[in-house]
Amino acid sequence: MLRLEARPEPSRAMVILTPIIAVVATMIAGGILFAILGNNPFTAIRIIFWDPLFNDMVASYTRPQLLVKAAPLILMAIGLSFGFRANVWNIGAEGQFIMGAVIGGGTALALYPLESPLVFPLIIIMGGLGGFLWAMIPAILKIRFNANEILVSLMLVYVAAQFLAAMVTGPMKSPVGMGFPVSRNFNEYQSAFNAELLSNTGLHFGVLVMMAVVVVGYIFLTRHIFGFQIRVSGQSARASKFAGVNPHTTVALCLGISGALAGLAGLFEVTGPAGKLSTNFPLGYGFTAIIVAFLGRLHPVGILLAGLLMALTYIGGELAQFQMSIPAAAIQVFQGMLLFFLLGVDILVNFRLRRDTKSKEAH
Amino acid sequence: MTPLLHLSGLTKAYPGVVANDDVGFEIAPGEVHALLGENGAGKSTLVKMIYGLVRPDSGEMRLHGQPFAPHEPRAARAAGVAMVFQHFSLFEALSVAENIALGMDDAPETDALSDEIRSVSKKYGLTLDPDRMVGDLSAGERQRVEIVRCLLQNPKLLVMDEPTSVLTPQEVDVLFETLRRLRDEGTSILYISHKLEEIRTICDNATILRLGKVVGTCVPAEETSRTMAEMMVGTELKSPTKRPYQPGPVLLEVKNLQLPSKDPFGTSLRDVSFSLHAGEVLGVAGVAGNGQDELLLALSGEEPCEDAAITLKGAAIGSKGPNHRRLQGLLAAPEERLGHAAAPDMSLTENALLTGHARQRLTNKGFVKWQATQNFARAIIQKFDVRTPGAGHAAKSLSGGNLQKFVIGREIMQRPDILVVNQPTWGVDASAAAFIREALLELAEQGAGVLVISQDLDELMEISDTFAVLSEGRLSRVRSASGVTIEEIGLLMGGTEVDHAAA
Repeated sequence: MLRLEARPEPSRAMVILTPIIAVVATMIAGGILFAILGNNPFTAIRIIFWDPLFNDMVASYTRPQLLVKAAPLILMAIGLSFGFRANVWNIGAEGQFIMGAVIGGGTALALYPLESPLVFPLIIIMGGLGGFLWAMIPAILKIRFNANEILVSLMLVYVAAQFLAAMVTGPMKSPVGMGFPVSRNFNEYQSAFNAELLSNTGLHFGVLVMMAVVVVGYIFLTRHIFGFQIRVSGQSARASKFAGVNPHTTVALCLGISGALAGLAGLFEVTGPAGKLSTNFPLGYGFTAIIVAFLGRLHPVGILLAGLLMALTYIGGELAQFQMSIPAAAIQVFQGMLLFFLLGVDILVNFRLRRDTKSKEAH
Repeated sequence: MTPLLHLSGLTKAYPGVVANDDVGFEIAPGEVHALLGENGAGKSTLVKMIYGLVRPDSGEMRLHGQPFAPHEPRAARAAGVAMVFQHFSLFEALSVAENIALGMDDAPETDALSDEIRSVSKKYGLTLDPDRMVGDLSAGERQRVEIVRCLLQNPKLLVMDEPTSVLTPQEVDVLFETLRRLRDEGTSILYISHKLEEIRTICDNATILRLGKVVGTCVPAEETSRTMAEMMVGTELKSPTKRPYQPGPVLLEVKNLQLPSKDPFGTSLRDVSFSLHAGEVLGVAGVAGNGQDELLLALSGEEPCEDAAITLKGAAIGSKGPNHRRLQGLLAAPEERLGHAAAPDMSLTENALLTGHARQRLTNKGFVKWQATQNFARAIIQKFDVRTPGAGHAAKSLSGGNLQKFVIGREIMQRPDILVVNQPTWGVDASAAAFIREALLELAEQGAGVLVISQDLDELMEISDTFAVLSEGRLSRVRSASGVTIEEIGLLMGGTEVDHAAA
């Protein structure tokens, strides 16, 4: 019989190596999966991990996509990582992402066609505020009534999606959209459009914000007493109270920060890459960000790398669907494997397997 | 006569440490055998092997002369080995009978079980009502539940791990009476304790473990506590010397402190009043669960109360949080080391920051001065003889005694005006305990007020200048510690005659 036995102190090297081992294991298991489906596993893995970046045939389109896809994931994952470290489980980043897009985007639609350099900053603030306020609902319910934030934040994702649907079929419906449930296109509104800053790089304003958040997040987590308090809260509620941390403040801060960042991500997405509000706007970024946060070890630098990797599997996955007609579900399984192997390797880093050889001889 | 239990060559290694190294001894039928040793000496590992929780790497156990290798506690119980753990595993919201039924491998019907419980508890003098809720029972009564659960299975060997740590002196007497009856009926008892006086009272033989090895055996009745302690530690012990106490000015004044407990099975503080003077060591005795945790939380600032209830050097601070109080000189060290006083997975450096950042000025505009923090942690480690490879190691990797030295040291190094400690030497080996008591006395000598909450009466008698008892959330009158007898304290602790005895 096999047993898990806790290691007294997990090796630091292994903690850092875990994601790399998980990626390699995913490649191997994914390759086997693709082979069973009748595809050449080596080609499939190459298309997913190599071609989007280095194949001249497609890279001119896919390379800029990397930043476009990664930016919202990283932005949200960093916000979530603070909460996850403090045992505050915001599962509803998707909803806050939608609300940021609806409130920020809605503000822009309301101002149309006013052209002013103040419009873009204003809608950024409104986007962040939308996500922040949406996240304050689970925060307040948690603080006031001890309601489980996992359930509340998750349920609010569906409320947000319905709200979005109501808006694009009603007040925010485009007058030139021929009756489709979509908003006006933001690239027709100069002051609100989140344009590519350098052509063919995918670099838009949201990417800059994301990079700033990575740096600030890193500093706060490792150098500031706030990051320390968050880490203590996650380890032991009693120890953090003893250290003078108010648990209610922690809940409000963690949900507020992750909500605001998700709202910003939503705003940058809707005014840039997505271009318009529609019922097809939510793509599950908010949920993928949870995987990114854990894949990145809840550490800003790790999350940056994990977000780029995740974006790569998205883009490469689409490419593989397109070029090898690998089913979309197989690609999703492939992405799921990544989290599975990460958590699996994680357990082995913290625990060791021991075999109970003598259990058979006892009665 | 064949011994009941014969152990030979038992070895068990964990990564990085050999917990038991070639351990062997035997227990005769009807013998009360003591297992003595410091924390980390390997007592728990040995007991877990006997009870089937851990499997030895090598070596042999024989029960009644037959090979005995339980692979799980159920097998050990079936063979006649029962165990009463130091920490109870009881459900507070269930009745005594229900709790006992849950722990039995083949529990009879509830009515029949209740009758059995009554008859067993009567036979061994363990008063216990099967219909009462465990949440309403005292720690001593809860232990009886555990003991009765064992006795119902007619054990041949009863293993008891630190059984008296939660009992009043009177309850200890009752327990010993029960153990004697069991012994007279031929049941053997393996008795694990730090309290050497108890071992001298009740045990026929003792095996002493140090660093996983058997370093000696003795007949406790023929030894003194001191000689046994020295065998345990391997060196000579020096007991702290107490200086004459002259009360200085009042530093801390607590007046009619009320603190309703948030835990349904917790204890509310009721009308607690006392003053603590400069240079004073005030010992607060009491059985676990009578408001000790709550008193610490109220003083540390984790549970705020009315402003006027706590006055620190003339300022009302009842509603202020822990860091405000730390800045004003009131520091605390709670009972639970891992998870309250220290964050388990964090390094010692980070744990130094945990309570040190305000008073030691380890942050600058919120940014942590890691180098200064590390120096602070290293200073604690060095001054308080914390055995660890370095400040970068996780708190949970330290032994209980070493972590406790770190936790107490962290507070003392911040030069508090007032230090409140709860169970400062609980589960700590003898040499570390002596070190900690010495440090507390030294702190008082330098003019600080020290409040020691403890369930160890010997400890309190050794270091306290003044003395009070906490019972059901009420604090008795503070009296001088000289001239109080253990019997008197015992009565106060049991909650009986508080008014009479205090008058």
